[in-house]
Amino acid sequence: MSGDEAVARGAWEAGVGVAAAYPGTPSTEILENMALYKEDVYCQWANNEKIAVEIALGASFGGLRSLAAFKHVGMNAAADPIFSAAYTGVNGGMVLVSADDPGCWSSQNEQDNRLYAPHARLGMLEPSDSQECLDFTKAAFELSERFDLLMLLRMTTRVCHSKSLVEQGERQEHMGKYTANPAKYAMLPANARKRHVAVEEGLAALKEYAETSPLNRMEMNDRKLGIISSGISYQHAREAFGETASYLKLGITHPLPEKLIRDFCGQVEKVVVIEEGEPYLEEAVKALGIFCEGKAYTTRQGELSAARLRAAFGLGEAAESVSSSLTAPPRPPALCAGCPHRGFYFAMQSYHQRLVAVGDIGCYSLGVGEPFHGFDTAICMGSGFSIPIGLSKALEKQGDSRKVFGILGDSTFFHSGFNSLVDAVHAKANVCLVVLDNSITAMTGHQQNAGTEINLMGYQVPAIDIRRMVRSTGLPEERVLEVDPIDQAAMNAAIQKALGDRETWVILSRRPCALLKEVIKARGDLRCEVDPAACKGCKACTKVVCPALTFDAKAKKAVISDPASCTGCGLCMQQCRFDAIRKVGGKA
Amino acid sequence: MITSILLTGVGGQGTILTTKILSAGLAQMGYDVKMSEIHGMSQRGGTVNTQLKFGDKVYAPNIGEGEADLIVAFEKTEALRALPYLKKGGSILMDRKEIMPLSVLTGAAEYPHEADKELEKLVGAKVIPAGEIAESLGTPKSQNICLLGALVKALDLPEFDWEGLISRMVPPKTVEMNLAAFRKGLEA
Repeated sequence: MSGDEAVARGAWEAGVGVAAAYPGTPSTEILENMALYKEDVYCQWANNEKIAVEIALGASFGGLRSLAAFKHVGMNAAADPIFSAAYTGVNGGMVLVSADDPGCWSSQNEQDNRLYAPHARLGMLEPSDSQECLDFTKAAFELSERFDLLMLLRMTTRVCHSKSLVEQGERQEHMGKYTANPAKYAMLPANARKRHVAVEEGLAALKEYAETSPLNRMEMNDRKLGIISSGISYQHAREAFGETASYLKLGITHPLPEKLIRDFCGQVEKVVVIEEGEPYLEEAVKALGIFCEGKAYTTRQGELSAARLRAAFGLGEAAESVSSSLTAPPRPPALCAGCPHRGFYFAMQSYHQRLVAVGDIGCYSLGVGEPFHGFDTAICMGSGFSIPIGLSKALEKQGDSRKVFGILGDSTFFHSGFNSLVDAVHAKANVCLVVLDNSITAMTGHQQNAGTEINLMGYQVPAIDIRRMVRSTGLPEERVLEVDPIDQAAMNAAIQKALGDRETWVILSRRPCALLKEVIKARGDLRCEVDPAACKGCKACTKVVCPALTFDAKAKKAVISDPASCTGCGLCMQQCRFDAIRKVGGKA
Repeated sequence: MITSILLTGVGGQGTILTTKILSAGLAQMGYDVKMSEIHGMSQRGGTVNTQLKFGDKVYAPNIGEGEADLIVAFEKTEALRALPYLKKGGSILMDRKEIMPLSVLTGAAEYPHEADKELEKLVGAKVIPAGEIAESLGTPKSQNICLLGALVKALDLPEFDWEGLISRMVPPKTVEMNLAAFRKGLEA
């Protein structure tokens, strides 16, 4: 069972009644697996992480146990309700799950969300394998209710996506009751001041509990070296140092058990803190007046591994590997064959002299570098529509006549892009905002969003129409252009129109993701074929850089080298001046 | 005693399913097993690595450079790319199948066709033409299960009921073709 699956299982066993999230690697599978228990648990993909936390908070106020999950950067979007909900405390137990991504496997930064716990005044647990993911999730619900605290379960990629053996239990139903209590739940200044006292009392009580909790444990071996660690870092340390060191393995990492730490450090000669990311534990131990080392050995960047620790601490012989004089050609992730985004980027690249493009977070981020140089900046969800406002004002002041194009996807539009669109229209910004609407949240593996007719639990729901939302800003119909991105004539015309004046424009680039099940089914065996007799070997079609199409250098002809992945979108066909490419197959 | 295996290929080749079947088998045999995978961006035509460690007690789930006892590569250049992870004295099991990355398609890089020969010479890599075997069986997609056969043989664990496990874990319609590929892999 993966860590994500185990969290879902643990929450279900704990009797959770409502779970909400916005998808984000490596946290996505938590809600996907939670939805397997939809008979017992109401599950929802919220439009963003703030909304997910608020949905869970409402359920907690209502007396149900609730969970909200997000990737590390999602917690930034959700910070607003979290900091105040920490004061209100809970009715039904409430657990936030943050999946951090040291090493940026699929993220824009590697922030360490443990720092949120002391800042927002949350209790925090850190599991180190799948069994602990299940056990700690259950414990988090109990601690949340016992100490009236919002609990943070902090995971990392290797905990989320590693699989290990898990013993499961049964579900225990948990049904509270809603009772109005504005003094506790309505955070006006007079109430908030009192609740700030209450939350500190809850944390003090949790700290006392942590001193003797089985979630923290000492493993005493050789006492020359004592290692303090938590989460996946403990596993790396345990593997690298084995029984040559003693360990204080912390499961509760906020508040920290001061007496336990002092006790452990008193029993060993030298103390080392091993942790990925920020020196969170190290600084806390130092603040107790205990000498220890940590970041002197490892950096804030990247993941740890046993090998990295062995090298850093000079343990045993350095791992030796073999090297070859050959190098493997780079194989970064790329837009798939038939990807609708390719059509947009291919068309836009002809206008790079006349525009500056701003991107966002999603599959379309893959358009950033070679071969299309799709955009210059990518920061966070929704920023693709707000950065253009400021950037357009900057260019204007400099007398730079280029128009700023903002690019984001349907899910990003619902996440927060719409708010930015409203501001852009209101500001009369000289921008063209493009929604690359592929009818799904694709990058994280096809999660439903507000634009889909089916929700996470598989039920029919009203799909929200992006076009009507855009029109609701009062943008005139003629400046909202809906285009199939594969249709190059139409896409070129749309881009030219938007470049023709200094008004605000919106392009809705609409075509569903080529990998959607229903799209695959409707497509049948539709694909493109190159007629070698007609192909002149001009390579015009290869400019679309599709993984299904190759140029056969020997025959000097283009060839659909991977017909199984070709979707017959026909983008390459539109480049051919000799009618050498045609569509074949497909359902009647 | 822990055995560390790195499986590497290109998105869509079935490395993750192969690793899942292998983990399930090892767990049923009574080993402690941890499997780690990185997915997210890597599935869009990029390199996919899964890592599996088994033994009496496994702590860290991932494998660092110079730590893998065995590398199983589903594609020729991916074997080359994974080479830094190989422990000195470790072995490589690889297919000679070639999948061109975009960097080669756009002419920005060259494909090292002789990588299999180089790895044979360098570390005694064993080349299993699993892709070709699967194609000769008329089921190109069963390349991964063919490699699983070769892998099980390399680990010297052929006596476990792998066929029963495969039958339960692959899509029902593909059981027969996958079993045929598995047997070919065992013989290869």
